[in-house]
Formats: sequence, structure tokens, C-alpha cells
Amino acid sequence: MHACADDSVDTAPAWPDDIFAILQRFEVRQVPYVPDAGHSQLIRRVLASSTMRGIPLTTEEEGVALLLGAWAGGQRGVLLMQSSGVGNCINMLSLTQIFRFPFLTLVTMRGEWGEFNPWQVPMGSATQAAFELAGIKVLRASHAQEVREVVEAAASQAYNACTPTAVLLSQRLIGAKVFVK
Amino acid sequence: MSKPNLLHRRDVVKALLADRKGAIAIGGLGAPTNDITAAGDHVRNFYLWGGMGGAVMIGLGLALAQPKLPVVVITGDGEMLMGIGGLATIGLQKPTNLSIVVLDNECYGETGGQMSHTAVAADLVGVARSCGISDSRAISTMPEVEAFAKSMQDVSAGPRFASVKIDSANLERVLPTRDGMFILARLRGDLGLAPL
Repeated sequence: MHACADDSVDTAPAWPDDIFAILQRFEVRQVPYVPDAGHSQLIRRVLASSTMRGIPLTTEEEGVALLLGAWAGGQRGVLLMQSSGVGNCINMLSLTQIFRFPFLTLVTMRGEWGEFNPWQVPMGSATQAAFELAGIKVLRASHAQEVREVVEAAASQAYNACTPTAVLLSQRLIGAKVFVK
Repeated sequence: MSKPNLLHRRDVVKALLADRKGAIAIGGLGAPTNDITAAGDHVRNFYLWGGMGGAVMIGLGLALAQPKLPVVVITGDGEMLMGIGGLATIGLQKPTNLSIVVLDNECYGETGGQMSHTAVAADLVGVARSCGISDSRAISTMPEVEAFAKSMQDVSAGPRFASVKIDSANLERVLPTRDGMFILARLRGDLGLAPL
């Protein structure tokens, strides 16, 4: 499987590679995702990996159910999505409470820090509270230097303590999307 | 609501699971989870009491993690419709050990028998096929059910999809455990997977 366009640039940040290395170390095998620009570098690494399977979804809640099945069959996974997708997951997040399986999701934030598109703001503003209402612990990374530490802590508590955890990768970290006419 | 000559859901599920060998069976929210219980509780049964729309995706995660085992998702038309995008996701991944059976009574039997989209318009077999699940069939006879059950054991030729039009009669409930951690630990233990 391949991306339909390669938007890699010479100035690619290092933190997506840090995340990839952590996922490798925790033997993550299934990586369901709904694409987001902020995840594009990580998704490319996953799709090129021989040990991880990148699984494009039609909607984010599919990924919650998929990760339960993966764990039932003995594999760890991580769900990649953007903040607007969190709202799509709410009822399916029940599975994390019923089955207490290792659930980790990495969420690129929209609707904050210099957002241009008002349509991103309502769900982006509600993302953390929605997770917490659903029983998911939330950690946030706002600067490139802290991504490794935060994702490492999230993966540890998700995979070692079965604490369902979301990492919010802030728009300040990713950079507000620029719309050009 | 009952129409003549439709198959009976419990007969269908019993035939699907009669010679299951090592197969893992996931029962979607609603009557299908009762049907797989009525066919006999089994350490490799995975019962859903919620998470509507998630059954086939749980099946996909399991099928990818356990590629040598047959994995069958048995669910209803309403549950399948809610998670219908999952058919596109599965059509892309093409897990060869995954089978999906929709018990289609054309209504929401658990909530008062309200008509579902499959009664009039939606063709689930057509949807599955056009999502890339080329082995997608409409089943209307018990010999076809038995043939599908046999094909489920071939873990190299899926994914496959079947829609079985069934009688919409509400049957006596046969309730499985509602304890998710119990069924998860039981299944994982049987697969030789260690607890934390």
C-alpha cells in the first residue's frame, strides 16, 4: 500500500520518527488510521514497515473495535486520528471499559493555536473532555522535545497497565494548517 | 411480519458452528449473540452486548492477529448497516481467514421490529461485493448454509460474506455472559496468550 502523493519535505521533523521507534519497541502490530496531515510522516513509516500493518479506516470508531479484536488475538495496536475523529468514537469507546484492553490513540489536534477553519473548533475544543467523559486518560504534547517522553509514558501505561490513553499532539507542535487561495 | 420459506436463525447458526473446529465466532449485538449461545457456549465465542457497528471490525483485528484460524462474524442487518464502512476497510485488507454472515430479518427485532433498510432498498451482498469482498453471496437454503460453513474452514480463500434472509420471529432469548473481561480472558487463554 502506498500514499497517493508524497508530500515529504527536507525539513521533516524528528518527532514522528520518535513515535515510530516507540511503537516498534512496544511491538505494535496493527495501526488503524484515518489520515491527517499531522500524522502523514508517521503513516508513511508505518506503511513502509515490515512489522506493522497500516489499516486505513472509513471512520475512526472502526479503529476502536479493531484494536479490541487485535488484542483478543494477541496483538497490540494504536489508533491514529485527528481531533474531529474523536467525536466519531464515543460509543465505541465503551469497549475500552468493558474489556479493559490496552488502548492507545495518538490524536493530532485541530481547532486550537491559530486555527483558520472555524469548523474544526467545536470538536477540537471538546476533544479532551470527550475522552475523559468516556474514561480515557489524556496526555498532551505541545513541543517537539517532549513528544518522545509523553508518547513513551502513554504507551507504557496503555500497554503495561491497560489504562486506556490518548495523546493529544497539539496544533502548536504540528503547526496550524495554512490555507492558500 | 414472518414470510413463508425463510430460514430460521437458530438453524442457520447451529449449522454454521456445528463443525467449527478451531474457529472463533463473534456474535454481533442483538439476537445473533443469543443465536451463537443457543448453538452452545464455547470458549472461542465472543459475545457483544453493545458497541453497535463494531462486530466486523473486531473480526478483522482478530483475523489479522490469528491468520491461521477461521474467524466468523455472525451479526444482524441493523448492526451491519451501522458499521457498513467496515466492509470497505475489510475489502481493502482482504484477510483470507475472515467470514461474515449477516442474519437479515429486515428489521430491528430487539427494539420493536421496526423496518430496516434491507427490507426495501439496501442490498448488503451488493455492498460487500462492491467494497472488494468478491466472494459475497445471498443464501436462502440450508445446503447453501452448510456449504458456507465448510468454506469458512479454508483460511486461504476469504474474505467471504453471506447474507441469509431469515424469519423475523422473535425467539426465546438465550443469554450469554455479559462479562467482557471474562470472554476476552477465556478466548486469549485458549489461544495460549498470557495475561498481563
